[in-house]
Amino acid sequence: MPKREDLKTIMIVGAGPIVIGQACEFDYSGTQACKALKEEGYRVVLINSNPATIMTDPGFADRTYVEPITLEMATAIIARERPDALLPTMGGQTALNLAIELAESGVLEKYGVELIGADLAAIKKAEDRDEFKAAMQKIGLTLPASGYVASMIEGRKVMDEIGLPLIIRPSRTLGGTGANIAKTPEEFEEYLEFALDCSPVTEALVEKSIEGWKEYELEVMRDRKDNVVIICSIENFDALGVHTGDSITVAPAQTLTDKEYQILRDASLAVIREIGVDTGGSNIQFAVNPKDGQLVIIEMNPRVSRSSALASKATGFPIAKFAAKLAIGLTLDEISNDITRETPASFEPTIDYVVTKIPRFTFEKFPQAEDKLTSQMRSVGEAMAIGRTFKESLQKALRSLEVGSAGFEPRPDLDEAQIDEQLRRANSERIWVVGEALRRGYSIERIYELSFLDPWFVGNIKQIIDMESDLSAVDGLAALSVEQLRRAKQYGFADKRLSDLLACSETEVREARLRRGVTPVYKMVDTCGAEFEAFTPYLYSTYEEEDEAPPTDRKKIIILGGGPNRIGQGIEFDYCCVHAAFALKEAGYETIMVNCNPETVSTDYDTSDRLYFEPLTLEDVLAIVRRENPQGVIVQFGGQTPLKLAKALEAEGVPIIGTSPDSIDRAEDRERFNEVIAKLGLKQPPCGIARTVEQAEEVVARLGLPVLVRPSYVLGGRAMEIVREHEHLRRYMANAIKSSPDHPILIDKFLEHAVEVDVDAIADTERVVIGGIMEHIEMAGVHSGDSACSLPPMTLDEATQEEIRRQTGAMAGELKVLGLMNVQFAVADGEIFVLEVNPRASRTVPFVSKATGVSLAKLAARVMAGETLAELGFTEEVRPAYVSVKEAVFPFIKFPGVDTLLGPEMKSTGEVMGIGRRFGVAFAKAERAAGTILRSSGAVLVSVREEDREELMKVCKGLAGVGMSLVGTRGTAEFLSGCGLECQTVNKVREGSPHTNDAMASGRIAMVVNTCGTPEAVQDSFSLRRTALELNIPYFTTMAAAAAAVEGIALVDDANSKARALQDFHSGDF
Amino acid sequence: MKATLALADGRIFRGEAFGAEGKAAGEVVFNTSMQGYQEILTDPSYDGQIVAMTYPEIGNTGINHEDMESRGPYMRGFVVKEYWDTPSNWRSDESLGAYMKRTGVVGIHSIDTRALVRHIRELGAQQTVLATGEVDEGELVKEAATAASLEGIDLASGVSTDAGYKWVTGLWRLGAGHNKTESRGPLVAALDFGIKYNILRNLADLGCRVVVLPATTSPEEVMKLDPDGLFLSNGPGDPDAVKSAISTVAELHGELPTFGICLGHQILALALGGKTYKMKFGHHGGNQPVLDLDTGAIEITSQNHGFAVDAGSLPSGVRVTRINLNDQTVEGLGHQTLPVFSVQYHPEASPGPHDANPLFKRFFNLLKTRSAVDADGGLPERGDAIGGI
Repeated sequence: MPKREDLKTIMIVGAGPIVIGQACEFDYSGTQACKALKEEGYRVVLINSNPATIMTDPGFADRTYVEPITLEMATAIIARERPDALLPTMGGQTALNLAIELAESGVLEKYGVELIGADLAAIKKAEDRDEFKAAMQKIGLTLPASGYVASMIEGRKVMDEIGLPLIIRPSRTLGGTGANIAKTPEEFEEYLEFALDCSPVTEALVEKSIEGWKEYELEVMRDRKDNVVIICSIENFDALGVHTGDSITVAPAQTLTDKEYQILRDASLAVIREIGVDTGGSNIQFAVNPKDGQLVIIEMNPRVSRSSALASKATGFPIAKFAAKLAIGLTLDEISNDITRETPASFEPTIDYVVTKIPRFTFEKFPQAEDKLTSQMRSVGEAMAIGRTFKESLQKALRSLEVGSAGFEPRPDLDEAQIDEQLRRANSERIWVVGEALRRGYSIERIYELSFLDPWFVGNIKQIIDMESDLSAVDGLAALSVEQLRRAKQYGFADKRLSDLLACSETEVREARLRRGVTPVYKMVDTCGAEFEAFTPYLYSTYEEEDEAPPTDRKKIIILGGGPNRIGQGIEFDYCCVHAAFALKEAGYETIMVNCNPETVSTDYDTSDRLYFEPLTLEDVLAIVRRENPQGVIVQFGGQTPLKLAKALEAEGVPIIGTSPDSIDRAEDRERFNEVIAKLGLKQPPCGIARTVEQAEEVVARLGLPVLVRPSYVLGGRAMEIVREHEHLRRYMANAIKSSPDHPILIDKFLEHAVEVDVDAIADTERVVIGGIMEHIEMAGVHSGDSACSLPPMTLDEATQEEIRRQTGAMAGELKVLGLMNVQFAVADGEIFVLEVNPRASRTVPFVSKATGVSLAKLAARVMAGETLAELGFTEEVRPAYVSVKEAVFPFIKFPGVDTLLGPEMKSTGEVMGIGRRFGVAFAKAERAAGTILRSSGAVLVSVREEDREELMKVCKGLAGVGMSLVGTRGTAEFLSGCGLECQTVNKVREGSPHTNDAMASGRIAMVVNTCGTPEAVQDSFSLRRTALELNIPYFTTMAAAAAAVEGIALVDDANSKARALQDFHSGDF
Repeated sequence: MKATLALADGRIFRGEAFGAEGKAAGEVVFNTSMQGYQEILTDPSYDGQIVAMTYPEIGNTGINHEDMESRGPYMRGFVVKEYWDTPSNWRSDESLGAYMKRTGVVGIHSIDTRALVRHIRELGAQQTVLATGEVDEGELVKEAATAASLEGIDLASGVSTDAGYKWVTGLWRLGAGHNKTESRGPLVAALDFGIKYNILRNLADLGCRVVVLPATTSPEEVMKLDPDGLFLSNGPGDPDAVKSAISTVAELHGELPTFGICLGHQILALALGGKTYKMKFGHHGGNQPVLDLDTGAIEITSQNHGFAVDAGSLPSGVRVTRINLNDQTVEGLGHQTLPVFSVQYHPEASPGPHDANPLFKRFFNLLKTRSAVDADGGLPERGDAIGGI
């Protein structure tokens, strides 16, 4: 069937900010969808509040609305753009939820908008547990016994009926938020209460737990002629009980015979047909009893998902792109397989390698949270690896994770009881514990009994461990035979791990390997197991005979990607890498991408000319560089991951283009950086370096408290703290020395009440041009990634900005920056201090690009390749006449017991952007996009430390001005009353009921302003912040943010309903 | 132990042995199915061939007694990337290697199977020798180069049953295995050119009385059973060499509703006056898209053939009903006026997707139960776990 001609304009809904459970895989799917629909000639309207995405680049849609994804805003956009259809299956749960709201509120009908891909009935059938259960029963599939409950009383009844263990899942939350498994009645009560709180509809599904069953996922596609194909099967390494996003997963399924696999396939076909997903992709999850093959269906996502992204990367079959084409009426046989060109998309990919995905966790950021994996997702990113065997793929995946592991390092610290416990209870370290258990002689059966990990997986790990002991028994590298070395590499052993086992250096292993001719070959991911010729060089390494993708003789540049997402390094860096690939392709280079993150746009096979899906380690990157022999390698776009490799690559003679690794080191190395600052006559906060507790004490004696302490070479403010007491300093230093003895600790004088400023700039050999100056809304001390910011600055005067520009230019010149540079300043009492300089792409590059309409990453890539800014036509800073605000989004709700206070260690997972003519509108939009609903009526609960009372006065006057009332804890309320402002007093929690939390629970509190100074006050008010979080009451923990909120509240109606596209702002029509 | 795979064109792959020790010669082909190595191993259509699996991890689920497609393995040798010897599956009875050893199939693992596949794709399927232990590689290549090709050899008659029997078990079901079928439905005479059990199970499951007959059964003997339908099975090798069957089918043409699968489809085409040809490397896998030219529907099919029907050779009255979307080769034939049809692929799957399964029902619907209940007169019964294995 030809594509539909009755549709002209199609609206695509993005997924909004990166949160746990919804990450950049939806940028990948949305970007593919935008491209596919534009390619077919449709006018594309996009809504997505996330500025860090590729899809929100103005070129990808005809109309790009970086606006909050709300019913009101979407309605405004629909009224303005009059789309014929809305595609809701590309933006995760967020987009589906919006589609449901738009349909149920009658907006779609009113404006004649058709839902394509999945209609309302299909979405509801898949999403509503009761409807889903009924549908599944109709086609003969069973779900685990369950009941839907809306109260504790109903819950207890269901518990009695079904019996423990029970899994409790709140309705309509993302990534399984609030889900838990209860094994005792006490746990049941606790978890159910939490689940009901989490659910926006106060409902939870209580379900028989089938922990220990094998879990499978199938990715399915259907076209409107009812052709259905399976794209990929995935088997979870972790048994049921761990969220699939937190599970190590393997493609294809490994431990099913054809008969058993076909049961899943038949069921999947029946499910997608019964649910009624007319066109596009769906993900269906099953559990299989390993004892008898009994099957239950777990769930179905009637949309592309995280697993779709993984399946696309695992097979080379672009699910999202094809789903978009199916949505506009094409059928699978009318779409050609890009990779083979000759054959159609109406087939099932077959793969001739093994794919392993391992999630990346971030428990170190939330020390109060327990490292325990459940049915609620907690990982923030993932790495994928491809190998010809599971062993190779698994070991490549381990080193791709970048958590300091090159393979199965021993865990001598664990005793047997701890090993048993860690095997029994899934956690982020379990895979290494399995290795350790095998090393200590645990049988495969015993490990299975403790962990339910399939013996096939454990058996493969045993082969790795057995080989480790063989290797350790060899008398050093020289005594290792070529056959042993080759066999080890075929098992996926990293040079680094081999060097541990052979007691030599990694370099020695590499050199011995090269000398003996043990080098990787590269094979193609081709969807068809080599049955047809492939035309897209999507490559992975392995140790076999044939290399099937010899390098070309074109001039080429390699771009190193950012690896798995983590807090502090995420989609923003992928955005930069993708732009570098686009820009250099335009400039005539062959572009080569290296990355191992399956969620990204950079790992799409059509983003660059050649894609190496490989770990970003020195070994793997060097192997690629050696064969490709590029004109240059770009390390400054992928965040800290490639940057860490820069020096070692340069030492191996690799041409690093852009700012030199030496300049990068001058900026990163504190002692060398101090010299730069001194030479330029600039100021930085007084500082020192300490390697011991004593040295730290000396530095602090000189600087005075408070100070900011951190290890050198970190991203995302890892282990960065503000120290106000000597005891805290000693404790911090003792820990730091223990965990990283090689790196000194940097100690800076902490500037209280300073305003922080972020600057992105771009430099060539002739000039420096400012990309954007951003003023942080939170005071200094809050990590820049966690702070909201405004472009242009809202309070800095012109003279200060001018001086900031001058200083930026001076540093760029001194450091001979070629490409991007980010500087952080602090402005305190009119003085400007340089906090840090990063001669590389920063987290704010995509935001600045959206705010100014200038694609900084593209320009920087071309500058690095030798063009000048003058040639590229970018010689002057763009200063928009509108205001853009970036706001951070946090994962606190996923980590019960974790405080929500912001500090120097970054904790946000994503960001949103609000744009408006005035700051208040932009801020309110950003807040709304981040999920914070500002209201202009009701009461504001205030509880602030003494230093903040002056500021509070201004804020409260503003609040009173818009008609809001005030409620305060004793000290704060007395102060306000003393100033003539009416403020009701409420008890602190420890003063007894009715207290602050009761007031919040009663629903009359519209907003909370809470700051605290002393650790006691922090502890005291912890439950206040946590309660606000759980009740989704806007809460501000700095006065600056509270002041911004007041401005936002005043303009909140405008912010909620006025939609403007990026194209309008950039063309000056707003 | 070492193992060596030597191709007629001189390409050598050196790996490790598994399964039986010894030497085997055959045409090397590759199969792209990711599951179902047991069914592939026991598919008689692989007689005369050495099979390389493109999926690298093989042996994970071992061998069980339920998933047999015939009495035992027919392929000459098995080629895999990574062989797994300690199966993990609740139905597994023994390891793949132990089974191959027991049944005399030589295997090689730890070779670059993708390189082999690409070699076959570029240069075509060819004669190959697989040998375990110490070998003279030059000799192996010579042996491979002088081995007879599959063209012109009647392999089907060799793998066919020696005597007729009744098939009495149905499809495998989770938890139940294969049930015995008690049928009084239409009687299907199935000519066995190397028939896969799952075809028989499908027919039995629908209620057919299935009588399996040797490939060389004469038309008179077939008609003596007074069958309600004729089934032409899959099988190995060159269809054009199965002369007696071609003439039998030609003689029976018009007498009975007829359904042919794979080799049976090719024999039907030849019997009606069409031609077949050898393909470069054939279709072997579970993901081949087939377009139904009548309905526009697409089936994802299981396939295993190295020969194909030449569309241009077909006589009037016979038409192409289905084509392969990858290379537009003939996948199905129909007759303008008679209840006669055939497909090149495997609706019985096993291994592979079940999309085409309704074809059995379509055949069944063409059958009218006329034959007497005892028309199959005293043939022995066979089926899964009843006497056939």
